[in-house]
Amino acid sequence: MWSNDSTVVAARRGTLDTALLASEISVLFRRRRTVAMLASLALIPVLIAFAVKLTSRPSSGRGPAFLDQVSQNGLFVSFVGLLVSVPLFLPLTIGVVAGDTIAGEASAGTLRYLLIAPAGRGRLLVIKYLATAVFCLASTLAVAIAGALIGAALFPIGPVTLLSGDTIGVGDSVVRALLIALYITVSLLGLSAIGLFISTMTNVPVGAMATTIVLSVVSQVLDSLPQLDWLHPWLFSHYWLGFADLLRQPISWDSFGSNALLQAGYLVVFGALAYGRFSTKDILS
Amino acid sequence: MNSSAGGFAIRTDGLSKTFGSQHAVDGVDLRVPEGSVFGFLGPNGSGKTTTIRMLLGLASATSGQIEVLGRPMPRSLDTVLPEVGALVEGPGFSPYLSGAANLHRLDSAGRHTVSATRRDRVDSALERVGLSHAARKKVTAYSLGMKQRLGIANALLLPRRLLVLDEPTNGLDPQGTREVRHLIRSFAAEGTTVFVSSHLLAEIEQICTDVAVMSAGRLVAQGTIAELRGGGGARVRVETPDRGAATAVLVRFGMAVAEPGADPLDVIASLGDDDLEPESVVAELVSAGVRVRGFAVDRPSLEQRFVELTGEGFDVVQ
Repeated sequence: MWSNDSTVVAARRGTLDTALLASEISVLFRRRRTVAMLASLALIPVLIAFAVKLTSRPSSGRGPAFLDQVSQNGLFVSFVGLLVSVPLFLPLTIGVVAGDTIAGEASAGTLRYLLIAPAGRGRLLVIKYLATAVFCLASTLAVAIAGALIGAALFPIGPVTLLSGDTIGVGDSVVRALLIALYITVSLLGLSAIGLFISTMTNVPVGAMATTIVLSVVSQVLDSLPQLDWLHPWLFSHYWLGFADLLRQPISWDSFGSNALLQAGYLVVFGALAYGRFSTKDILS
Repeated sequence: MNSSAGGFAIRTDGLSKTFGSQHAVDGVDLRVPEGSVFGFLGPNGSGKTTTIRMLLGLASATSGQIEVLGRPMPRSLDTVLPEVGALVEGPGFSPYLSGAANLHRLDSAGRHTVSATRRDRVDSALERVGLSHAARKKVTAYSLGMKQRLGIANALLLPRRLLVLDEPTNGLDPQGTREVRHLIRSFAAEGTTVFVSSHLLAEIEQICTDVAVMSAGRLVAQGTIAELRGGGGARVRVETPDRGAATAVLVRFGMAVAEPGADPLDVIASLGDDDLEPESVVAELVSAGVRVRGFAVDRPSLEQRFVELTGEGFDVVQ
């Protein structure tokens, strides 16, 4: 066996340890399921672009915002792709990843081995959450980048006319697209925390995934009922489509700020619930 | 090793775990001496795995105290567990990762493991259990026996003072079982305390120095293997038509002769003094003119003691 010295066990409280986070992220992204989900998301703007390219009739005025601009400017493919993905496709993939965090380890039997490593229960939760957050960013970027590439390939690229009527150059519009991706990533952090909490309550990952996804739909349905006006600002999906503010000149940061605050609130509440549940849970799986 | 003589690697006092109204573990006082190979025996469902989960801080005790390597658990979990390698209720690995990748992952999960030596430690753990050739294969392609070995390799990633192996021979063929026994012997030779649970007594009887037997959540026996066997003690059985003469000879040797049993030709006596050589008894019997038709020394196997303690077959206590 190995000699019990510093070559195998570091001193307590060493430098910030990122080994588990790096391992977690690499495991997540090497997994075939994750790659398939990202590929499917990237396919959404591609489908939109081809649909617009192949049916070049005059605008009917229907369909998602910006759809009409796509044929004049390829950069709009990203915007339309993100807009279409936010209500269902992105929450679907986040639900899968967040719901799997703890329950997936429990059902594979790896949770007990991670805990006796010992990973530390709080630390494992934090790392699982951070990996989910990285996935949120990757999934929105997959849509945005695939949209920009296919848009550039199929349509002319040029200055973009904003909602405020101002025109910005190509470089600036790429920055805006990245800002929108960031906005949507932040939007999904609350849902990720909810998924993490649900995942600590079961050993059946599919159950946790489905519950998380259903909650994202419920929140959006409630948000559409005018009778529940008072509730709307508290729903985690309330600002999901509020990124239009980033397409004004100058940029209005109001919805970005409210959204970030709301998501942080969800993160604190459900993060605490998840810790409360997980730190005392008997691991019998 | 850095162990104090006479210390306990595991010590529990009044350890209990209740699930609803069911007493899964009930007032268990374990004493696992440092440096021992400790067999933790009991039928399925007798509370062995639940006890192990509490020892490792996976489940909380309803009541009672636990000390592992001299420190209280689960309070000292962070400092105790790096010195404990464990296989709990079968191996658990991500099927879509290779064997080596799984070990890398679990090793980096440990808060204080050093990444610079990780690759070497993973390789040598895999080599030790004979899995080097399958290191890059995905675990989904592993046989049950290979997964079991990978589970043991995971317990060997760091130098350990204590190994907790729950049913380590599950799913292994007879050859694999022998290899595991061989591994356990080699751990013990290095001074590591090995705590091995099993419901198959014959598998570990040969390697254990100490044994505890669980039944229905309670500890029904504990001690060195000799003590547990000694509970029965060796017996001499003489088959002879000359019952009276044989009894007289045996009594002269200081043996306690049992009441006549079902077979009128059998005289059964406990051997008593361990230094007594059975062959001298035979010589004495023959010279006393006893017609000896058969002579046997029965040492009750641990299995017999086990069955006495835990009940026969499926008729286990609920």
